[in-house]
Amino acid sequence: MKGTYLGEFEEVVLLAVAIRTKDAYGASVVNEIELQMGRSVNLGAVHTALHRLEEKGLVTSQMGGVTAERGGRSKRLYVVTITGLKAIEEIRQLRNQMWDTIPKIAWS
Amino acid sequence: MNSSQPNRENPPRMATKLFHWFCAAHLLNEMEDDLDELFQQRVRTVGIHRARWRYVQDVVSLLRPSLMRPSPIKSKENQYSNPSHTDTLHNYFKIAWRILVKNGTFSTVNIMGLSVGMTTAILIGLWIFDEMSYDKYHQNYERIARVMQHQTYNGSTSTTPATPLPMRAALQNEYASEFSHIALSSWTEDHILTYGTNKFTKKGNCVEPDFPFMMSLKMIKGVATGLNNPNSMLLSESVSKALFGSDDPINKILKVDNKNYFKVTGVYEDLPYATEFRDVSFLLPWKFFVEEEAWVKRSETNWGNNSFLLLVQIAPNTSFEKVTAKIEGIKARHAKEEARFNPKAFLHPMSRWHLYSEWGNGRPVRGRIQFVWLFGIIGGFVLLLACINFMNLSTAQSQKRAKEVGICKAIGSIRSQLIAQFFIESLLLAMISFTLSIILIQGLLPWFNQIADKKINFPWHNERSWALGVGFTMLTGLLAGSYPALYLSGFRPIKVLKGTCQAGRFAALPRQVLVVVQFTVSITLVVGTLIVLRQIQHAKNRPVGFDRSGLLSIAMNTPDLHRPDLALRQDLMQTGADLNIAKSSSPTSEVWSSDASFSWPGKDPNQTGDFGTVGITYEYGKTVGWQFKEGRDFSRNFSTDAMGIVINESAAKFMGLKKTVGTHIKWNGEQYTIIGLIQDVVTGSPFMPIQPTIFLLKEDWAYFFHIRLNPALTVQQALLKLEPVFKKHNPGSPFEYKFASEEYDQKFHAEERIGKLSTVFASLAIFISCLGLFGLASFFAEQRQKEIGIRKVLGASIVNLWQMLSKDFVVLVVISCVLAIPIAYYLMHDWLQQYTYRTIVSWWIFAAAMSGALLITLVTVSFQAIKAAVLNPVKSLRNE
Repeated sequence: MKGTYLGEFEEVVLLAVAIRTKDAYGASVVNEIELQMGRSVNLGAVHTALHRLEEKGLVTSQMGGVTAERGGRSKRLYVVTITGLKAIEEIRQLRNQMWDTIPKIAWS
Repeated sequence: MNSSQPNRENPPRMATKLFHWFCAAHLLNEMEDDLDELFQQRVRTVGIHRARWRYVQDVVSLLRPSLMRPSPIKSKENQYSNPSHTDTLHNYFKIAWRILVKNGTFSTVNIMGLSVGMTTAILIGLWIFDEMSYDKYHQNYERIARVMQHQTYNGSTSTTPATPLPMRAALQNEYASEFSHIALSSWTEDHILTYGTNKFTKKGNCVEPDFPFMMSLKMIKGVATGLNNPNSMLLSESVSKALFGSDDPINKILKVDNKNYFKVTGVYEDLPYATEFRDVSFLLPWKFFVEEEAWVKRSETNWGNNSFLLLVQIAPNTSFEKVTAKIEGIKARHAKEEARFNPKAFLHPMSRWHLYSEWGNGRPVRGRIQFVWLFGIIGGFVLLLACINFMNLSTAQSQKRAKEVGICKAIGSIRSQLIAQFFIESLLLAMISFTLSIILIQGLLPWFNQIADKKINFPWHNERSWALGVGFTMLTGLLAGSYPALYLSGFRPIKVLKGTCQAGRFAALPRQVLVVVQFTVSITLVVGTLIVLRQIQHAKNRPVGFDRSGLLSIAMNTPDLHRPDLALRQDLMQTGADLNIAKSSSPTSEVWSSDASFSWPGKDPNQTGDFGTVGITYEYGKTVGWQFKEGRDFSRNFSTDAMGIVINESAAKFMGLKKTVGTHIKWNGEQYTIIGLIQDVVTGSPFMPIQPTIFLLKEDWAYFFHIRLNPALTVQQALLKLEPVFKKHNPGSPFEYKFASEEYDQKFHAEERIGKLSTVFASLAIFISCLGLFGLASFFAEQRQKEIGIRKVLGASIVNLWQMLSKDFVVLVVISCVLAIPIAYYLMHDWLQQYTYRTIVSWWIFAAAMSGALLITLVTVSFQAIKAAVLNPVKSLRNE
């Protein structure tokens, strides 16, 4: 079903939005990802991912307050929804579960 | 980092502009903020150059459709709509559609008229394209020609594609470097192909080995070189399928005309319908033709026998004109005795075969190309009529829409927006019509192909034709929409809304002129059609000179039938299916051979005695039903009849004899006596004068059996009785026969095709014009609804009102009639000149066309007029 599958980059963006709760907008998400992953990402990629996530209902957005930093203009703030939270938790759980089932002898 | 830079850096200007241009309006702000923030941040951390570079990268990465589209998730925060470029267009279309639906009648009339007009124009366009691309299947199309000759007899020059055999050798010996291929060919004739129990009569040619290469035949199986061998042949794919089914035909042995055997060495792809040689379904070797036919062998040195088709492909470095100049005098140089006919050889290029193949007195005359012009012009006119409807109806309506324009302008529309709005309306109409006409064409093509004798397919996969069609539709839409778009949009809103903007006295004039044009064209077409049909009828009523009913002919196509026929005759008579049997050298309504060496008492020595010659048997006259003017038929009771001849009226007139019967005629050193004079039998074209013809008793020339069926039996019964007899005496051939009446009817095919097509076009023209009138009439009736209501209240009768509403249109149609008559008379008089046997253009044809046009106009207009006149005035006056 559409909306249940999360791409790798979408997952990263979703996590970044979660990290920057209350201050997650385009530029800050770019900054967060660059900081965390140590590689540069394009704004376009991030915005597209945010759009998709919003369409899938994993994040919602709202026009935020005015800040001096942006020359008195407003920004769109993204918040992870309950569904979004469930989605990343599920991924985490899945990963853990897989990690736990790796036998020790796998590392030779 | 450079410390001299100012505090706040600017991102690259071009990138920002690009971004502004493509980004969806509702996303523009936040995106730009993000871009800006990141840029400033990066100026501080990684330096201005990297920051600018990254900025450009970001802008490019934002170039995504999902960010360009207006947002589907409408957020409440957007207080104002931010329309994108397409929204305006969308709105124009919406309004245009609403207006079309609101004015249902006009839209229907418009679309119907325009799509019928377009269908006609496209069909004619396809037809013309097909005519122009005739023979282009052959790859060497540009360099192939046939050798033709002009020759002058009795002061008139005739032109023929038939050449003498020695010409080929002369071309080869003297001008070999001018040609890359030379190939002789026989005419396309019926032959019987037999394989096992499969027997078919098919058309084919005997050709020299170069022919398949010259014509770039596509070999499907085997090789094209087989024609070097006198016992090999090539088959077309369809004939191969018919004879062998799915078996491999290569190296199979076929029997031809029940006497000669050939090995199949190759199969070629069927030639398409639009080629000169489309009927050629198999190829036999030329060598066989020379060996088999003694007269061909004899002709190899005879410059006087013009009987062969000579095809050439000229060398790459020369042109048809250059070669023609060189070979022109070839025959006169080689054959001194032929020089008195002033023979001139010339090359007739393949590109001109189909459309430019007629000569009159040595000069090219109109030929088939005239039909291309004729139908091209008619197609253009029919389309013009449809466009006129379109314009008339939109201008008529435009008065109604003046208020709309006023209001639009008052609330802030600028002129260019109104122009766009009107243009989109007319384009929409044109596009709908185009789509409809494509559908119509799909339905009509098979029928059209049948009438026009074509195999045209709609070029679905040809981008150029689509581009042409769509471009043409746009042009129509733009032209038709130009008046309201440019004129109406210039109205001053205050004037219009106050109602002071009155149309001037002559506002209706352009419309009236257009209606007159429409009807002039339609009436001209109707008169033309009537005259064409009348001419055909006239020729059909011509006295034929023989009795066609129940007369059939059978070709003597195998040696079995050429043997003495006593047994066959006896068997046929025993069946009781036939009354008479005779043989002749030509079909009943053709003369296949002629001879110029007759002489008679009182003949001018400079005149050539050129007569058609037909060899017949004793019973021929009785079988076909000759009508004698003087003298008598051949009879077995007179032994002298072997040297007797029967002539037709034209021959008697040509010789200018005072007394025909008993006159002696000299021919080939022998003296013949005229024993009978018959009424002319129509031979050749029924529209042309009849060839002077001489009938002789020559049984050995015979090529046809003629059988007069017994009228006491039905044709079916008679045929059933005849078939076994022919099967018995001619076992190698399928039983095939032709009715004289059918053969005769075929002479009218070309003219009947014109008759049918012009009937169709004339009816379309009238239909489209009436559709326009219908639309206009209903519009004016609606426009004057209140006036009619008031008149009725004041006591006008329905007849009065009907007269009032119809008068305007009737006057226009009468003017058109007056204009159309001289035009039609001039054109049709000219057309009839090409026929010697022609009808006269009589006044009643014009009268009929005029009254017909008036009647149709009245019916069309009255429908609306009466509808308006009987309306209850209370209803029309109540509102307001």
